[in-house]
Amino acid sequence: MRINLSGHLSDHITFCHTGSQRLERDRPTALFIHGAGHDHSVWALQSRYFAHHGWNVIAPDLPGHGRSSGPALESIEELANWIIALAHKLGAERPLVVGHSMGALIALQVAATAPELVSRLALVGVVVPMPVAPALLDSTLSNREKAHALINQWSFAPRSQIGASSIPGINLTALNERLMQRQAPGVLHADMAACNAYAGGFEAASRVRGPCLLLSSAQDRMTPPKALTPLVQAFGSEARLTRTVLPEAGHAMMSEAPGQVLDALWAFANSPQTSGPPT
Amino acid sequence: MSIHRNAGADTLALHAGQTPDPVHRSRATPIHFTTSYVFEDSEHAASLFNQERAGHVYSRISNPTNAVLEERIAALDGGIGAIACASGQAALLLAITTLMGSGGHIVASRALYGGSHNLLAYTLPRFGIETTFIAPGDHQGWRAAIRPETRLLFGEAIGNPGLEVLDIPELALIARDARIPLLVDATLVTPMLQCPLDLGANLVVHSATKFLGGHGVAIGGLLVDGGNFDWEGSGGHFPTLTEPYEGFHGMDFAEESPIAAFLLRARREGLRDFGACLSPMNAFQILQGMETLGLRMERHVANARALVSHLVEHPLVESVAWPELESHPDHQLAARLLPKGCGGVFSFSLKGGRAAGASFIEALRVFSHLANVGDAKSLAIHPASTTHFRMSRNALLAAGITEGTVRLSVGLESTSDLIEDLDRALHAVQKAAT
Repeated sequence: MRINLSGHLSDHITFCHTGSQRLERDRPTALFIHGAGHDHSVWALQSRYFAHHGWNVIAPDLPGHGRSSGPALESIEELANWIIALAHKLGAERPLVVGHSMGALIALQVAATAPELVSRLALVGVVVPMPVAPALLDSTLSNREKAHALINQWSFAPRSQIGASSIPGINLTALNERLMQRQAPGVLHADMAACNAYAGGFEAASRVRGPCLLLSSAQDRMTPPKALTPLVQAFGSEARLTRTVLPEAGHAMMSEAPGQVLDALWAFANSPQTSGPPT
Repeated sequence: MSIHRNAGADTLALHAGQTPDPVHRSRATPIHFTTSYVFEDSEHAASLFNQERAGHVYSRISNPTNAVLEERIAALDGGIGAIACASGQAALLLAITTLMGSGGHIVASRALYGGSHNLLAYTLPRFGIETTFIAPGDHQGWRAAIRPETRLLFGEAIGNPGLEVLDIPELALIARDARIPLLVDATLVTPMLQCPLDLGANLVVHSATKFLGGHGVAIGGLLVDGGNFDWEGSGGHFPTLTEPYEGFHGMDFAEESPIAAFLLRARREGLRDFGACLSPMNAFQILQGMETLGLRMERHVANARALVSHLVEHPLVESVAWPELESHPDHQLAARLLPKGCGGVFSFSLKGGRAAGASFIEALRVFSHLANVGDAKSLAIHPASTTHFRMSRNALLAAGITEGTVRLSVGLESTSDLIEDLDRALHAVQKAAT
């Protein structure tokens, strides 16, 4: 689905994957936000499942990513406002908002900025703050090839680096590298810089009301589960946190453990605790 | 831009694609002799069928042993994934049928393996797919042969029978300008000598029957996707990948995965409907061979170099076609694109025509007389008395073969034994002529 948003990006096309299904008014909505240097396709399996099981799926390509045109936005706050505008444009009513890595920071900021919009929040592979190593940040500008190799090295569990893939016949690290190569020059740097600069995470977490899933992977070197403690402490007393740690995967868990990620998201989306609007 | 490798080629050849199974802890890749896989429940079954979950349903479409092979060759070649097929021919056909239907057109190298030439020249036209053949080094000819309906450029890394070296970087530029993918048959080089995807190709096929397996016991083919072709940016040339497919729940493969669209369609349609899948037994045997691929290719190249050096000076030998020789027209290109060696297959021409070729072949004891290449054992064939025996002298010359041409696939035997065998056969030629 291709749409135009109002505002300063009105001249640009926004692409949203809907899991090959039409959006229906009487269905709940899941909004999937991808991470740095990626596009909607990182959610291919999970979003397709939701779309074929009674949910509207909105999985946008962020500005400048994938099929969406325009410049990459430069801060998590701008990206969050863009997501809010997108949700309003598509008439998404109280969606489950799911984000991975940078997408998780965006989702967190969306929940803080527009708490009335979000019914449930699922943060996949997140830490707050999310500093980016200077060497990596520099290489996103000066040597993309090196940046992609570093990201892959930190994003995949040892098993995925050389061992078997969860998706038969697919070389997961190469797939990720090609996806990053596909983005326009400057996009990955803008994304990484936005993650690095985002200082509002704890404040945003303190304003979250309602159910929130923190989904981590034990072998994630990019956003390790043990680094989640400050974020957990920052959540407000009214936030209802669910924590799940996948044992085998790394940061790229949607492709490394696609079924486990789906099961965690699906259980969270449909659990009695989260079936209604937050109080 | 090439793909970063997570380990050296010899390490990948031993480990890529496999994790010791968590139940039995077996180190070797198990052979999953099963046609089908038990679903957890109806819901699990439906989600597997609808590509909402990853996993195996039926071994025609995927199999855990085959998946190890697919992921291993993809890791070695720098591809995003691969599909194992029943043969190299099946892999080539799968690539073509995924990209085009009736009305499609291919520009292909004239220096192809006979089986591939037959498919393109005689069989596919019956289904509305035409091919224009161009000499591998005639780059202007490649450009000129591209038509609005052209959907693929295709050549072999090292051609048959003259060992022409395909200028992959140059053809990749031609393909990119025309927004058409370049497919390279890398059977004779294997990832140990050349990775066409690193040089700009988009797709690779291997006859795994040859050097990858190395033992000559299993037929198999592999189709590798570089994930580096922009299907959506091709001006609507590939509707099989960029438009909803009614045959798979309306899936738009390029939307589902802009990078892996080709492999999705090839597996979900091509393997499903044409059914040229690989037996897991063959996959296991090819994997066993691949574990020693690096060591073997070094030895194949070393032995081939020794035999070429021996033959090129021999008074009964008219010429030797081997790109590492300065006399070969592609010598410079080979030095640039094949710095580790030009493989283990070469041909040479005997003085004395058909009779000399037949005498030579019949006197060999270590070399086996048969129609194959890439075995651990040395192989020889005399085209004028076997594969091309009905052809006249002129027709043979048009195909780049003389009446005295002999093709050798140099194996791993002791070099001195191979040289002794060649000398024995050459002596027989001399004796027959006197």
